[in-house]
Amino acid sequence: MNSENWTPDQPIVSIKDVHKSFGDLEVLKGVTLDVMKGEVICIIGPSGSGKSTLIRCVNALNDIQSGSILVEGQEVHDPKLDKLELRQKVGMVFQQYNLFPHKTALENIMMAPVLVLKEDKDEVEKRARALVKKVRLEGKENNYPGELSGGQQQRVAIARSLAMRPDVMLFDEVTAALDPETVKEVLVTIKELAQDGMTCILVTHEMGFAREVADHIYFTDRGVIVEHGPPDTFFDAAKDPRTKEFLSQIL
Amino acid sequence: MASKTIPGVNAKPTTDLPVLLPLNPRATMITDPVGFSRWVSGLPLWVWPAMVAIIFLWPAAALAQSNYTYTEAVAALFKWMPLLVTSGFFFNVLISLLTMILGTAAGVVLGLMQISPTKLISWPAKFATQAFRNSPWLVLLFIVLLALPFEVTIFGVIIVIPDWVKAVFGLSLPIMANISEVVRGAIQSVPSGQWEAAESLAYTRQQTLWRIILPQCFKRMIPPWMNWYAILTMATPLCSLLGVEELITLSRQAIEAEDNHPELLVPFYTFALMIFFAYCYPIARFTIALEKRFAVKL
Repeated sequence: MNSENWTPDQPIVSIKDVHKSFGDLEVLKGVTLDVMKGEVICIIGPSGSGKSTLIRCVNALNDIQSGSILVEGQEVHDPKLDKLELRQKVGMVFQQYNLFPHKTALENIMMAPVLVLKEDKDEVEKRARALVKKVRLEGKENNYPGELSGGQQQRVAIARSLAMRPDVMLFDEVTAALDPETVKEVLVTIKELAQDGMTCILVTHEMGFAREVADHIYFTDRGVIVEHGPPDTFFDAAKDPRTKEFLSQIL
Repeated sequence: MASKTIPGVNAKPTTDLPVLLPLNPRATMITDPVGFSRWVSGLPLWVWPAMVAIIFLWPAAALAQSNYTYTEAVAALFKWMPLLVTSGFFFNVLISLLTMILGTAAGVVLGLMQISPTKLISWPAKFATQAFRNSPWLVLLFIVLLALPFEVTIFGVIIVIPDWVKAVFGLSLPIMANISEVVRGAIQSVPSGQWEAAESLAYTRQQTLWRIILPQCFKRMIPPWMNWYAILTMATPLCSLLGVEELITLSRQAIEAEDNHPELLVPFYTFALMIFFAYCYPIARFTIALEKRFAVKL
């Protein structure tokens, strides 16, 4: 399969038997999962189970030792792959927001489309203002990241990724660094995004949220997917003892 | 008294959990990038009148042993002062400015080469940086003095390279290497999340470096850069060993012209010290003020 004969009824992200090591430490030991267009999947599991590493492999921030990751039919870990082209299709939001501190909120959103996609500045600005509205940050356009709360910064970061009009969004524990009272505003934003039909891959510790928005839940432990299923089955009728133990600790 | 046994430190651990060892102060010692400026700016201002006092009191103290009078010694200094400042110290400043321009330009290039992902570029840059950073400045000066030709012929025109130009080249080498480290350190002080965020937005490496990373760390480079300027200015008297007519060379010549009275040594050289202090002290104060401001505001 290659990108030319990829059609939207095939998985938009297809991960097959992925192995990844950091030195002697193998963090992914053969992970396989498919994501269809418009689907929202949540990856949960104890820390150190390789969740973040897995989604960082999807936009080639980390490389893999073996297996294959296809995004729209294109092999991500092909050395000949144009990484920049891939990353225009796959947006990513980080735990630590990673906004550019020397640029205002609006500039943070506008920079990549203008600089990378070489789009018209006025048109990008119109789109950026619409995105600011979408994440409910009107009036904060000209604030610098340092002047915004964690939740506000994270919503700017989401808008910044959306400005590139990606086909897939990756969320890497985006609420883990937030104050409890600001977690909700970020989750609402993501939920709306999911309702709009955006394909989302989330790594999260927010179980209630995962149950509410996800189409499919994957539970990883020690580098493998232990169990997966639709949220209701997963949370109410987990079969694997490891999943049960994890859920009993966290719920 | 028997020393206390601490499991995992000086005895066998009783668990298989990792034990945090006490800090090793030598391993964690961080060199202060503006250490010189911090020291100079911390000097009390009475250092200046103290130096004036030395100039005036030393000849008086030395008077007992010779028939060279106190008034003569001080008069000699005042006679030479205008020349020492206008033609001597002016040349030190000129050399330091030219060296800084040349050293900064080369140092920025070398610093950017150091962080290149291509080993073929980064390794030679790292080697050059460490080699020139850790060599005695005087040795570098002599090498340049002897290695550079005394004159070059370009299209049949003979151009003589004066010694002070060679001195500028020689001093530029350690400055280049140290600025290279300043640039590398500043770039690497930017959190790696910034690189990843830019990468995930499909920025090229060049775009990330110039639009995201360098604008953030430019300010952080200014205090250490000024610190190196002050150190360089203090090092310009080394050029007197190459025969460049700067402050120290002229002072020596002035003392000789005044019949080499030993009473003259302390006033003349203290005067040189005073000029350097007067020049570097405000720079050091400004460096530390900037350093404090940038440390808070990022």
